Amino acid sequence: MSALGKVVRAGVGRRRAQTVVMTLTVLLAVTSSVLAASLLVGSQAPFDHAFARQRGAHLTAMFDGTGTTATQLAGTAHLPGVTAAAGPYRAVSLHPTLGGNARDIPVGLNLPVATVVGRPGGAPVDDLDLTAGHWATGPGQIVWDADRTPFRVGDRVTFPDVPGSPTLTVVGLARSVGGSADAWVPPAQVAALTEPGSAPEYQMLYRFAAAGTDAQVSAARASVVAAVPAGSMVSAESYLRAKRAADRAAATFAPFIVALGALGVGMSILIIGIVVGGTVGAATRRIGILKSLGFTPAQVVRAYVAQALIPAAVGTAFGVVLGDLLAVPLLHTEGSAYGTSALAVAPWIDVVVPIATMSVVAATALAPALRAGRLRTVEAIAVGRTPRAGRGRGHERGINLGINRGLHGLLGRLPLPRVVSLGLANPFARPARSATVAAAVALGAVGVTFGVGLAASLTGIDQGLNRESPGQVIVRTLSGREQSRAADPDAVAAALAGQPGTRRYFSTGQAQVGVAGLAGPTTVNAYRGDSSWGSYQMISGSWFTGPGQAVVPTGFLTLTGTHIGDTVTMTNNGHTARVRIVGEALSLSNEGQQILTDAATLSGLGARVLPESVRFDVDLTGGTDPKSYVDSLNAALRPLGALAEPASTGPSGTVIAMDSLAAALTLMLVAVAGLGVLNTVLLDTRDRVHDLGVFKALGMTPRQTIAMVVTSVAGVGLLAGVAGVPVGIALHHIVMPAMGRAAGTRFPAADLAVYHLPVVCALALGGLVIAVAGALLPADWAARARTAETLRTE
Amino acid sequence: MAAPLIQIHEVRKEYDDGPPALAGLTLEVRAGEALAVLGPSGSGKSTLLNLVAGLDRPSEGTVTVDGLRVDELSESASARYRRSRIGMIFQFFNLLDDLTVADNVLLPAQLAGASRQQARRRAADLLEFLGIDRFADTFPGRLSGGQRQRVAVARALMNRPALLLADEPTGALDTASGQDVGRLLTELNQDGQTILLVTHDTALADSCATRTIELIDGAIVRDVRAGGDVRAGRNVRAGSDIQAGSAVRSGGDVQAGAGR
Ligand SMILES: Nc1ncnc2c1ncn2[C@@H]1O[C@H](COP(=O)(O)OP(=O)(O)OP(=O)(O)O)[C@@H](O)[C@H]1O
Ligand SMILES: [Mg+2]
Repeated sequence: MSALGKVVRAGVGRRRAQTVVMTLTVLLAVTSSVLAASLLVGSQAPFDHAFARQRGAHLTAMFDGTGTTATQLAGTAHLPGVTAAAGPYRAVSLHPTLGGNARDIPVGLNLPVATVVGRPGGAPVDDLDLTAGHWATGPGQIVWDADRTPFRVGDRVTFPDVPGSPTLTVVGLARSVGGSADAWVPPAQVAALTEPGSAPEYQMLYRFAAAGTDAQVSAARASVVAAVPAGSMVSAESYLRAKRAADRAAATFAPFIVALGALGVGMSILIIGIVVGGTVGAATRRIGILKSLGFTPAQVVRAYVAQALIPAAVGTAFGVVLGDLLAVPLLHTEGSAYGTSALAVAPWIDVVVPIATMSVVAATALAPALRAGRLRTVEAIAVGRTPRAGRGRGHERGINLGINRGLHGLLGRLPLPRVVSLGLANPFARPARSATVAAAVALGAVGVTFGVGLAASLTGIDQGLNRESPGQVIVRTLSGREQSRAADPDAVAAALAGQPGTRRYFSTGQAQVGVAGLAGPTTVNAYRGDSSWGSYQMISGSWFTGPGQAVVPTGFLTLTGTHIGDTVTMTNNGHTARVRIVGEALSLSNEGQQILTDAATLSGLGARVLPESVRFDVDLTGGTDPKSYVDSLNAALRPLGALAEPASTGPSGTVIAMDSLAAALTLMLVAVAGLGVLNTVLLDTRDRVHDLGVFKALGMTPRQTIAMVVTSVAGVGLLAGVAGVPVGIALHHIVMPAMGRAAGTRFPAADLAVYHLPVVCALALGGLVIAVAGALLPADWAARARTAETLRTE
Repeated sequence: MAAPLIQIHEVRKEYDDGPPALAGLTLEVRAGEALAVLGPSGSGKSTLLNLVAGLDRPSEGTVTVDGLRVDELSESASARYRRSRIGMIFQFFNLLDDLTVADNVLLPAQLAGASRQQARRRAADLLEFLGIDRFADTFPGRLSGGQRQRVAVARALMNRPALLLADEPTGALDTASGQDVGRLLTELNQDGQTILLVTHDTALADSCATRTIELIDGAIVRDVRAGGDVRAGRNVRAGSDIQAGSAVRSGGDVQAGAGR
């Protein structure tokens, strides 16, 4: 091995603790960078990712088989501009009812009409992902869409409209990014689900060379229409609609991932700089010796850059692996929240992050290494030569010795234990190091403050959204096959009133009306009974108190350009009714295109409340067990065609996903901050090892030593923590509204004002905790250092 | 007759490699003695001193100082032991640069949790006694080597130690300053201070030691008492003509080791 190689290897081996810190820091930095980057990339285009992976259909077209043939349709695959196509597949629209199931859902429950397609799972376009069970391969088997289904694997489904009422078993759940169908059966099984003599229906799935805009998709669609007999294309759905909905949901994530990701990257660069700079800086004397032995400055520079790069390379390698492993479950939760399936870390991230990290390491190592290389040999050797002739960085000490001495005098006179005042004075001896500790702790405190606030706000918002089900029990009316009409709400109300344990209840039902200035129908949630106890979480204004008043989500106000106090006109079949907006509520249902009002408001309008949409929200008297209440209530409701079930509580999947993301990134930030402190204190302890030896020779106990080392960073940690908290709060105040804008809502002030005094006090102490935790290990090391050796002067 | 202040019995000290630094050494030192330890480089002098100070542990054998089994003390106990019974001075002074002379001297008392007032009085007395009181508010970097060593001596004496350990105290000083430190040690010893002095300097040993031993390869090869009585090897016995240790520490107002 060359002399240089030996020096590098010995350097890496000799400073074992620092090598470990360096490796760990780089590992954490790379892990969190990979995580943040892949989440960011994932959140940028979750739909696009899944769509690309499945080779999703740009256009999903249905054809009427009376006017065209399968052969003709297969020919459309070769049209110019069509890059890939799948089909024609036989398709059929069916009315399913729920068959036997392992849960307590009544058999015979009507389900919305479903498009069932006969095709294999794998295909050149719309390559389906199986999320549970297996593919339908034989008669009697069906695979259902995973996102829009009440089914689980093993449930049975009956198609009563088909002669013979065939019953199939759900053997698997699958996901089509474009939502091409509701269910799939083997191609040969479609005939068994088709009424004899009816015209066949076909599905074709296309990918086009140009499909970026609505116009391009329309043009491509027109070329398909032109290639088949007129009128045979019955419907065609562009992927852009689903993409826009998914992107909107995804955009909600972006602001906080950007915020945490930026913090993570900043922290990584800072800590790598601290560690590398510190390692090289601490080795000045060694460098002097190397040069006196005949090493050229260039060799010295190379030796020190290499010493930094070796542990960094190890940390980077493990960091990439760890980042990839951690990202998969997080991306999965995130993916589920988007309604797309699991995503993998983009390969370019695994390439770019390590290259960037190693470049940062090399760059930060180069500056101090160059300085060391230029250092005059005599000076370098003199560093640390005699016990007191300017140890450490001479100039830094020279400048600060005066301040430091004055401070020692001052602190020495305070009524503090000597070890504490010695520790407190230390930061002023090395302002550069104290600044790095402060920066690391402050960034950590910003991260924790932001993360805690984010979690609190999300929980509050989630609880606000859960106000859509305010009671412990929900009663839904069913429209089953054996019922000619939906359950009578008055009968249900009577059953509820007669049920012991019922405290109060109200019902809601939905009607579609037109609203002046809005395209398409608007959903009206019509309330019957006293709903004041079950109001939504209000952003401003108040809940309605009678007919003619309405509460709307932020989205409605934005869409209509109205404000609280304004009156809007609802229309239905030529009738009109006016409501005054009295409140703005937190709700994301129907993209905010929704009106909440008393049922009586609709009376003049003739708008029909959809019978299937009627539900009752029931509040129970204290001490009533929801489960047994539901059981006994159901006995009374079943003959009426209604079903009671406990309202689901607990946080939503989206909130769990966001919380786990925030927790993972915040933990990384804190760990890296702690490592930064640890490294700095370690360097400092090494530099002061001689002084520590003197203290111990004079009778300083291990506990006193630990106390002194810990107090040396505690003050800085406390201050930096206190400084980081307001920044974290400010970040929260920027990010939360940004998330709201992306989701199309404002947030209630109560959900944003989460930094209560006790929380802020606890957060302010966070910096102290990070600093002390980071200092404990090196403090212990200092307490154990062998005094006899440290006192030997070379 | 009181027990010896230092009893070293059959002590071996081995480091990871090479021959033992101390090879089954037995030695007793009475209170009031000034023992000079001579020997070539690497003969184990500093090792011996470190064992007595509780800074290191023997591989075998026992070290008893003032009735305390130093080789068995825990880290904290040995720190308290040094604080209360040992004063150390070094070749390179080992003063803390960013503390004033007075603060350096006060440190041992502060570590021991002594009362502020009493400690200050004691420090002032010591600085005056050692003739360096005008430097009390100066930083050590401004002082000459001899003056720094005087500060180190003041610091070592702060808690009225039973035993003063000195490792090459004149090694970094010019001849005049060296002689000055030698005179100081002699004076202290005449006042009853027990001293263990490691040195290369035979002149220093002759001038201030009441007894001299010589180490070679970790064993005592010579043991000379000031009176001229020469003994060799392991059956060396210290005389009893010096005043007892109790007198040395009489009237201590610094409650060494009592507090935190
Ligand atoms: N920490 C240590 N690790 C390994 N060996 C050591 C250590 N300390 C001392 N030694 C060895 O023990 C032996 C005695 O060392 P010691 O320092 O006691 O000698 P010394 O008589 O004080 O020498 P000098 O006069 O040069 O100071 C030497 O061979 C030395 O190399
Ligand atoms: Mg020595």
